[in-house]
Amino acid sequence: MNSFLDVKGVSKTFPGVKALDNVNLHINKREIHGLIGENGAGKSTIIKILAGVYKPDSGSISFLGNEIHNDTISHSLSRGISVIYQELCLVPYMKVYENIMLGFEPSKGLYSGAESRKRAAQVIEKLGLELPLDAEVRKLDIAVQQMVEIAKAFSRDSKLIIMDEPTSSLSLNEIEKLYKIIRNLKNEGVSILFVSHKLEEISEICDRCTIFRDGKTIISKEVGDLTRDQMVFAMVGRTINNYYTSTHTPKDKTLLEVKNLSKAGVINDVSFKLNEGEVLGMTGLIGAGRSETARMLFGLDTFDSGEILLEGKTVSFRNPHEAMQAGVVMVPENRKEQGLIPQMGVGYNMTIAVLKKFIKFIRVKSKIENDIIDKYMKSLGIKAYSPLQLVSNLSGGNQQKAIFGRWLATSPKVLILDEPTRGVDVGAKTEIYGIIDELAKSGVAILLISSELPEVINTSDRIVVMSKGAVVATLNDKDKFSQETIIKYCIEGAVVHE
Amino acid sequence: MNDNMTYKNLLINKVIRSIVNYFKRNIGILSGLIFIMILVSFLSENFLTASNLLNILRQISTNVFLAFGMSFVILICGIDLSVGSVLAFSGVLAAYMIGVWNWPVWLAVLAPIIICTLVGIFNGVIVTFTGIAAFVVTLSTQTIFRGFAMLIANGAPIRIINQAYITIGTSYLGPIAYPIIYTAFAMLVCYLLLNKTRFGRHIYALGGNRTAALFAGISATRVEVFVYALSSFLAGFAGIVLSSRMTAGVPASGEGYELDAIAAVVLGGASFTGGVGTIGGTLIGAIIIGVLNNGLNMLNVAAFWQYVAKGVVILLAVLTDVLRKKRKERSSIIKMK
Repeated sequence: MNSFLDVKGVSKTFPGVKALDNVNLHINKREIHGLIGENGAGKSTIIKILAGVYKPDSGSISFLGNEIHNDTISHSLSRGISVIYQELCLVPYMKVYENIMLGFEPSKGLYSGAESRKRAAQVIEKLGLELPLDAEVRKLDIAVQQMVEIAKAFSRDSKLIIMDEPTSSLSLNEIEKLYKIIRNLKNEGVSILFVSHKLEEISEICDRCTIFRDGKTIISKEVGDLTRDQMVFAMVGRTINNYYTSTHTPKDKTLLEVKNLSKAGVINDVSFKLNEGEVLGMTGLIGAGRSETARMLFGLDTFDSGEILLEGKTVSFRNPHEAMQAGVVMVPENRKEQGLIPQMGVGYNMTIAVLKKFIKFIRVKSKIENDIIDKYMKSLGIKAYSPLQLVSNLSGGNQQKAIFGRWLATSPKVLILDEPTRGVDVGAKTEIYGIIDELAKSGVAILLISSELPEVINTSDRIVVMSKGAVVATLNDKDKFSQETIIKYCIEGAVVHE
Repeated sequence: MNDNMTYKNLLINKVIRSIVNYFKRNIGILSGLIFIMILVSFLSENFLTASNLLNILRQISTNVFLAFGMSFVILICGIDLSVGSVLAFSGVLAAYMIGVWNWPVWLAVLAPIIICTLVGIFNGVIVTFTGIAAFVVTLSTQTIFRGFAMLIANGAPIRIINQAYITIGTSYLGPIAYPIIYTAFAMLVCYLLLNKTRFGRHIYALGGNRTAALFAGISATRVEVFVYALSSFLAGFAGIVLSSRMTAGVPASGEGYELDAIAAVVLGGASFTGGVGTIGGTLIGAIIIGVLNNGLNMLNVAAFWQYVAKGVVILLAVLTDVLRKKRKERSSIIKMK
């Protein structure tokens, strides 16, 4: 009987919503198992049940042949189930080895730092990791922190390690490293539940995968037996024909020109032009200087030298307010941290940048306010039952659209989009591509910063590739965009201009 | 005529709706207040009389002033511990200006309030530009201005005999004491500021998510400095009124008032993590504290036990409110999915 983890017919209802409806999940020993599904499909719920955070209403779970009932978090840890959440749970001011051994410090009466360090060193050696054991965690890069989490999970003799969207903040290189470590874990006899919504990753790393939709198990199969289209269909429940839309034609008028923008240690001699009605893709590895450039354009950071020209005039914004008034706006990379005011309604979030339009001293013109909200809720297709609904209760896609609405209400000339589809499910993604296309049609100049190459290739008119703070390639011919070339530029960083 | 009627109806509808909403939003804390009032009125027949209720309103006016200022501060995720000292400083300074320098009353009222506002601007500037925690900054100004109040008065109260000045805090308009009128006015202004201006929306944005507010083009600096200035301004004004009522500038007055103000804000449903809270809620919070003080006195509860009772009630009230909101939150998520 080859039963490692067997989840059978598990249901979980939160008052009013069925988060899991009779789901099955079967994982073998030494298996990398993918779990995919859109936001709200029930991935987090099953993770939390396995971690002992929630208790299932019905169904059975057996792990290593033992039936599991009413586990708490510490129960499930001691059974050998560890979860690495998207938001890492490390203590920033403690050292790496202290974090690895946290809660499981070896002790013979008294705590011994040296003993802890020794154990931690053994763990990372076994995994083939290189980690600065004595560094404080807060000083580490996010990718390194994630490795610390993995070492922590492994040190606890975990037999199943659950990783929730582990690649969401990693660069291509780092993802490769992560895959290597995951394979090492597998060789050490650990099973991995790899939760993601990126299909490419599942195909690359996983042995088998299970697809959830609306709290139900749709498919569970060998990865090799599934095509991409089948996966998409299983996730979304319909076929998406026109995944990308690109019907606009850029105009000949330069709207924004960046000339030799430099800042010591951040970006070096960045130049590009952006025309009216054009979508300019900007891609590169994490740390290539894309977001940094965008921050300078939006007045969030200063630069040492260079020039920004808007409609031929030199501009220099000291803060986002000035940028906004000049018609340059940005949908930031990190929706939760930089975009949303979580405890307020959708309407409030959409109008916060245009209050001047309807509040004069102490007179609030509710009609104008409602008209603005209405207009963008309709045109962007934001699904909320009322403008007063808390923005934090919306799905990722709708939240992102609300932030779009916030900026569209200011009638921008230049729209900077930093990773606009991150954490957004497939359905909403296509809608966002449609919106981008519509905006370009209406003459807005769009700078699309993205790490997802298919997205950049299929929506942009031209592409700028950045590497190590510099523009290494500008691709002007839309028909010749290819993933391979772009990746080459990203990694090799040779300066090429077509 | 017809148009006029519908307009009037609309207006009435709007007012009724906002009153209903107000009750709905504060239902937890309001029922607590009513419960306490019923309890005390059964135990003491003197409690539920018009004169006593007006008396309570007068007694809480100082705390309400401080609590309104504190509401703004807590909304942007800050804290202002200096208000008690600033209040004492303001009263002592006014008493000194009148008694020793023989300044005219209007100037002796205006000058301390302006100086107090500057203290607030100082607090705000330090907090916003250096990033030092508001708790630390205002703890320092608390000590500094307590010291100044003591220095000016040489440690002992300064008597005030100027009748015009005394009128400020002790006169009545019909049955209503002046401080109640000031309170009502302050409430109106604070309410409008928070709900009907851009500034108010910026406050909620800043308290809710500072980074996002910055990305949305809101100047944190301006809002932050203004909020601390407002808090000190209100404390300065409250200091004038209090010294007028006591007919003396008392350097030791206002000790611990910042905590009562914080208690009122928290009872009123504000969140310490910022972005959540209302002026109306704070008012009810202050009333609860006032009713408790008054009721416990009426019931002849020994002073030391009053502390215990007050603490327990505050904790219970906040606890029930938090539990109620959690439940509500859970059910609101359900509606969505």
